[in-house]
Amino acid sequence: MTWDIVVIGAGAGGLSAALAAQDDHVKVLVLEREAVLGGILNQCIHNGFGLHEFEEDLTGPEYAERFIDAFHERGIDLRLETTVMGLHETRNGFVVEAFDRRAGKLDIQTRAVILSSGCYERTRGQIRIPGERPAGVMPAGSAQRYLNIEGYLVGKEVFILGSGDIGLIMARRMTLEGATVKGIAEIMPYSNGLTRNIAQCLEDFDIPLYLSHTVTDIRGADRLEGITIEAVDEDFRVIEGTKKDFAVDCLLLSVGLIPDTMVLESLDVKMHPHTRGPKVDHTFHTSVEGLFACGNALHVHDLVDDVSEESRRAGRCAKDYVRKSLGKGETQLELIAGEGIAYTVPSTIDLSRFDDLIRCAFRVKRKAQTATFKLIQDDTVIASRKARFVAPAEMEHIDIGPDDLKGGHAPVTLIMEV
Amino acid sequence: MVHEFTCIVCPVGCRLRVDKGGEVSGHKCKRGIVYATEETTHPTRMLTTTVKVNSRVAKRLSVRTSRPIPKAAMFDVMQALATVEARVPVNIHDVIIHNVAGTDVDIIATRRLAT
Ligand code: SF4
Repeated sequence: MTWDIVVIGAGAGGLSAALAAQDDHVKVLVLEREAVLGGILNQCIHNGFGLHEFEEDLTGPEYAERFIDAFHERGIDLRLETTVMGLHETRNGFVVEAFDRRAGKLDIQTRAVILSSGCYERTRGQIRIPGERPAGVMPAGSAQRYLNIEGYLVGKEVFILGSGDIGLIMARRMTLEGATVKGIAEIMPYSNGLTRNIAQCLEDFDIPLYLSHTVTDIRGADRLEGITIEAVDEDFRVIEGTKKDFAVDCLLLSVGLIPDTMVLESLDVKMHPHTRGPKVDHTFHTSVEGLFACGNALHVHDLVDDVSEESRRAGRCAKDYVRKSLGKGETQLELIAGEGIAYTVPSTIDLSRFDDLIRCAFRVKRKAQTATFKLIQDDTVIASRKARFVAPAEMEHIDIGPDDLKGGHAPVTLIMEV
Repeated sequence: MVHEFTCIVCPVGCRLRVDKGGEVSGHKCKRGIVYATEETTHPTRMLTTTVKVNSRVAKRLSVRTSRPIPKAAMFDVMQALATVEARVPVNIHDVIIHNVAGTDVDIIATRRLAT
């Protein structure tokens, strides 16, 4: 049997992409390595999800449930407990090499693939904290899974490095479960978490936030016994005489997420140096024909609502690709992240398919009270938008339409002016 | 006593101060005053947590309060839930406990667990 589209991963991205891609003429198969649908949302038991998508304040599992219900109603084909090992290009599509826990190794033929495999957490090795290597140091998301799914509290005396939302959420969660959270250190002079989380996860429980601080030592033979934090200057150099020691049995790391693109290893996919996901055009098409990407596997999002919205568009584009037998567009207009902009998704616009407004996602490099985003082609501003309270932690969007393009195929640069 | 906290109504995140007489300062708009008054007279929070469950796919069932509870009752509710064990099948929004810890609020499931 040959499928039209295989969707890798059934989290927020995969569910939404599959729902948009499947119809009577397009056969879609979803592969999920866990025994349940919903992905990371199952362990995100806090509320704050769905404000854009449903105009309701839902918990992660409730948000997932809405998509899972729709998914089952539509009877989309699904294989649970099936891990994708690799992808191989064939003359008219791909062979997806997968391992089903019960059926064993499978070779699945498909015309197109949507990668929606989510992201993984940066670990201690990737940020190089000096000191010993005892047990008790782990990514915050792993601790969240242990606690919320397995019912296992990973420590009693806790310190957290990194003030992203997962770190803040875990500070409250572990406190409610009886642990003492002694503090959070953030290397930046500001937190990367939502204000709401700072207020309700830290201030509510008097948990100190050490801004411009980082962990400089980890102690303990088998089990973690203590850590040291120190203040840093603007260039992140440690300031002498600022050492503070904490006796803890657990250090959680909330220091960044990276798109999980492991299954792409055997393909020659052009990757984005900043997002670390694949480069895509505005139809979510990667540099490999027939391979699409969306959700956190494409670039890490801060709101699941954005993942759902983006993945829906990716699903529609993949469906167009198989239904209309489209190739990969030859004329790609480049979209460049200019002054003040960290990256844009998409990286290019496929001009043969540029017939409607497209929504370009991007992140700024630094915080600003007010900013103007400008799209520039051939030294001419072709579109602009004003924004308030921009920050690297909050994804921004700007729309571009075919009528905006004045300079033909010349690249378009996005800049931020403050 | 002067209360000081962050307004969470919008992303600006004003630092609000409420003095003895209930006078609010630090707000950049009127919504801050409403929030500050609520926070000082009857602060409430939605509590999300888990309870034990006899499921094949998860050892914990995610739950929440059916509406926000007084902030001061959070730990009482956590304690009341420590010994609770839910049994599958559980449907989303099934009531797991009525009137938890005398708050007049129910604890409801936020996830479906069939087996
Ligand atoms: S006081 Fe007004 S402007 Fe300030 S955070 Fe609250 S809602 Fe926003």
